Amino acid sequence: MSAVTIEKPTLREGAFGHATGLVCRECGHRVELGPHYACIECFGPLEVAYDFPAVTRAQIEAGPSNIWRYKALLPVPSDIESSPNMEPGFTRLLEARNLAAELGLDKLWVKDDSTNPTNSFKDRVVACALSAAVELKAKVFACPSTGNLANAVAAAGARAGLKTVVFIPSNLETPKQVNSAVFTDSLVAVEGNYDDVNKLASEIAGEEEGWAFVNVNVRPFYAEGSKTLGYEIAEQLGWRLPDQVVIPVASGSQLTKVHKAFRELVDLGLVEDKPVKIYGAQAAGCSPVSTAYKGGVDAIRPVKPDTIAKSLAIGNPADGIYVLDICRETGGAVEDVTDAEVRAGIVSLARTEGIFTETAGGTTVAVLRKLVETGQLDTSLETVVINTGHGLKTLDAVAGSVRPAATIAPSYAAFAATGIA
Amino acid sequence: MSVSVRIPTILRTYTGGASEVPASGTTLAEVLDDLEAHHAGIRARILDDNGALRRFVNVYVGNEDVRFLEDLATPTPDGVQVSVIPAVAGG
Ligand SMILES: Cc1ncc(COP(=O)(O)O)c(C=O)c1O
Ligand SMILES: [Zn+2]
Repeated sequence: MSAVTIEKPTLREGAFGHATGLVCRECGHRVELGPHYACIECFGPLEVAYDFPAVTRAQIEAGPSNIWRYKALLPVPSDIESSPNMEPGFTRLLEARNLAAELGLDKLWVKDDSTNPTNSFKDRVVACALSAAVELKAKVFACPSTGNLANAVAAAGARAGLKTVVFIPSNLETPKQVNSAVFTDSLVAVEGNYDDVNKLASEIAGEEEGWAFVNVNVRPFYAEGSKTLGYEIAEQLGWRLPDQVVIPVASGSQLTKVHKAFRELVDLGLVEDKPVKIYGAQAAGCSPVSTAYKGGVDAIRPVKPDTIAKSLAIGNPADGIYVLDICRETGGAVEDVTDAEVRAGIVSLARTEGIFTETAGGTTVAVLRKLVETGQLDTSLETVVINTGHGLKTLDAVAGSVRPAATIAPSYAAFAATGIA
Repeated sequence: MSVSVRIPTILRTYTGGASEVPASGTTLAEVLDDLEAHHAGIRARILDDNGALRRFVNVYVGNEDVRFLEDLATPTPDGVQVSVIPAVAGG
């Protein structure tokens, strides 16, 4: 088919679980399971199609406390737990009474993915991509990344004993660079933004044999990992769907998969059907999807990102049009907030709920606030906000705005003089 | 103007497996016409029925996405590299 075919490996039976093939989301063209990601007819994204078995709540509940409890619904083999992986997922769903009160919401939860092994939701997608890479007998595990994905790929690759090469924009936050470099000797900092890094990775994927780029040539499998966020929210609410969810948007992949997860749970009879409004969150300095939403258009104009929310800084989001469709169809919205609001969002989640989120979560919390203030979100409905990453990775974002309230001599008089008591 | 076009894996059936082919034209539209003249069928994979770039393909002239430039009217100076790359989500 091409000069650079990844040699067709003999796949073992059930290598991709109950997945039956890859189907183009745009035109329905179908191809066999393998390292394929773009439709040869129309360039549309390929998605994993399944022939799901009957799955019961009890079967899922009897599974491990990580994403593999949903392995029947993922493109992974039934013995996935026996191969070395990071076992992410089943993170806490915290009821956020204080934040709800501050924002004027009746009922709010935070789905806190900052507690995953490398402290972001990316461990979920990487676990699924790693399974595909291993089954396809890839020699190199790789990714272009805005930071968190690089951390997750580097760590998971190390644990699986794979050679790992990760590409990031050279201006990323130092903690994100260190959190990759500690796990791999092949962290490559590229002079450019994420979209440049992504382009480079696509070119390398087209030239090098045996490389599994988690979000390029094994992207269909990778993306399925985000479904587990949706499954967990429903299971942790007692097997029911929330009324509305606020989700950060960079490439838009995560949001579309949370939506897919809710639909699947309904189709499988695991939860009752009900409307769920889905809201997308962007930073104003990189808001191509929110701009299209507000402009009432279907096409997304790419932008050059300029925001402190670097994990969301994808100027040309491939799944952006699907985010638009989903948010419009479900009665949600896409909103964006300034960098100052992002910082305020971080501090507000920390001071109301004791959760230190990174800039992506700050963006999401700030968008939630804005949706309430502008009347775009019904405050009487049950809301879930997703925190996708940990604040220690983007310390600098708030380092200038939080500091000791006082520096004093070690005496009671000095403390009394501060007025804090 | 003679340019070099990088071909993504899924279109290499049209170029006999070549990952890079020469083409000529002063704009991207002309380059795609010339590409079609030598590799029949390839243009319809890159452009939709209305003759616009398909939604999930990114085309670069040099390092710049043509959507930041003049789209199909983007000039293609002599020796420049044109890259055709599928859009992929997930960062
Ligand atoms: C912390 C965090 N949240 C959200 C996202 C956005 O996810 P997506 O690209 O699937 O929209 C990313 C990375 O892309 C991230 O690192
Ligand atoms: Zn297609």
